[in-house]
Amino acid sequence: MGEIIVITSGKGGVGKTTTTANIGVGLAVMGHKVALVDTDIGLRNLDVVLGLENRIVYDLVDVTSGNCRLRQALIRDKKLEGLHLLPAAQTKDKTAVGPEQMRELCAELKKEFDYTIIDCPAGIEQGFRNAIAGAEKAVVVTTPEVSAVRDADRIIGLLEAVELREPKLIINRIRPKMVRQGDMMGIDDIIDILAVDLLGVIPEDEMIVITTNRGEAVVMDQNSRSGQAYRNIVRRLTGEEVPVLDFDEAEGFFKRFKKLLGIK
Amino acid sequence: MLEFLSRLFGRDSGSKNVAKERLRLVLVHDRSSISPQLLETLKAEMIQVISNYMDIDEQGLEVSLDSTGGNSVALVANIPVRGMKRKV
Repeated sequence: MGEIIVITSGKGGVGKTTTTANIGVGLAVMGHKVALVDTDIGLRNLDVVLGLENRIVYDLVDVTSGNCRLRQALIRDKKLEGLHLLPAAQTKDKTAVGPEQMRELCAELKKEFDYTIIDCPAGIEQGFRNAIAGAEKAVVVTTPEVSAVRDADRIIGLLEAVELREPKLIINRIRPKMVRQGDMMGIDDIIDILAVDLLGVIPEDEMIVITTNRGEAVVMDQNSRSGQAYRNIVRRLTGEEVPVLDFDEAEGFFKRFKKLLGIK
Repeated sequence: MLEFLSRLFGRDSGSKNVAKERLRLVLVHDRSSISPQLLETLKAEMIQVISNYMDIDEQGLEVSLDSTGGNSVALVANIPVRGMKRKV
């Protein structure tokens, strides 16, 4: 029996879909059988982030309304054997999916996959309610901004109200230099305010844009810090103890010294 | 040069602290289920009660929620008193 994890954030644009894709790919690389479910009906995105947009035949609404079997709608990844995507519907009536259908779907996926990762839409409306209905664990993604942390706080409250206790936090797009200069909230500041466990921290990284442009996941990139950060998150999800990356150290003494002197 | 010095010694008044303080305040309100209307009603009733005993400046009265560090919330009322009412 597998685990069902929902990736949520409240605020849009903080990196839910990117995080879902990278966690999914990372788990599949480790040899796990993974299903990714895009529940953002009408604003389908996980397919393009994964580079699977040309393979869609059926979608989530087809499955929940009985137009096809679950197996028919699941898209196999091009490279990773264990990775599967259930895409969101782009044009169909979104009232065709409700919490009860999601619970049934998750129960079915749980039988076959080691991990089912659900990409939640932004907001706290019906789409959010559907996405969390069948989940057993929740991951909340935020960025070091007042608006994103505020929304994360609201989401944590809503998750706890439906017994999805102890959600884990991912802080995305942190800029270590700005944190050092006192111009961006750091890991401790955010954890202190939200009072939740940290799952991981992803630094702002151009490689995320580059890999996403290509429909690839940065977690496969061995040289980038964001790829390393995602690999660590995946390992933590599977129960391993991995220390949080020290970005200062990763930057190196010489580079920091040059920065101190103002040489770029 | 000034920038170099501030970098060397680290700034203590960066915008991070502003963000943190604003976030703290906004969360105090978000987490409590107290609406602005409820706060207004509370304010009006406080004026009524206190006016029985003191002459207060109603325009200058401020009632707000604040965080007292950690996760505890404080109801802060600033009530300017013009004078005491004489006992009858």
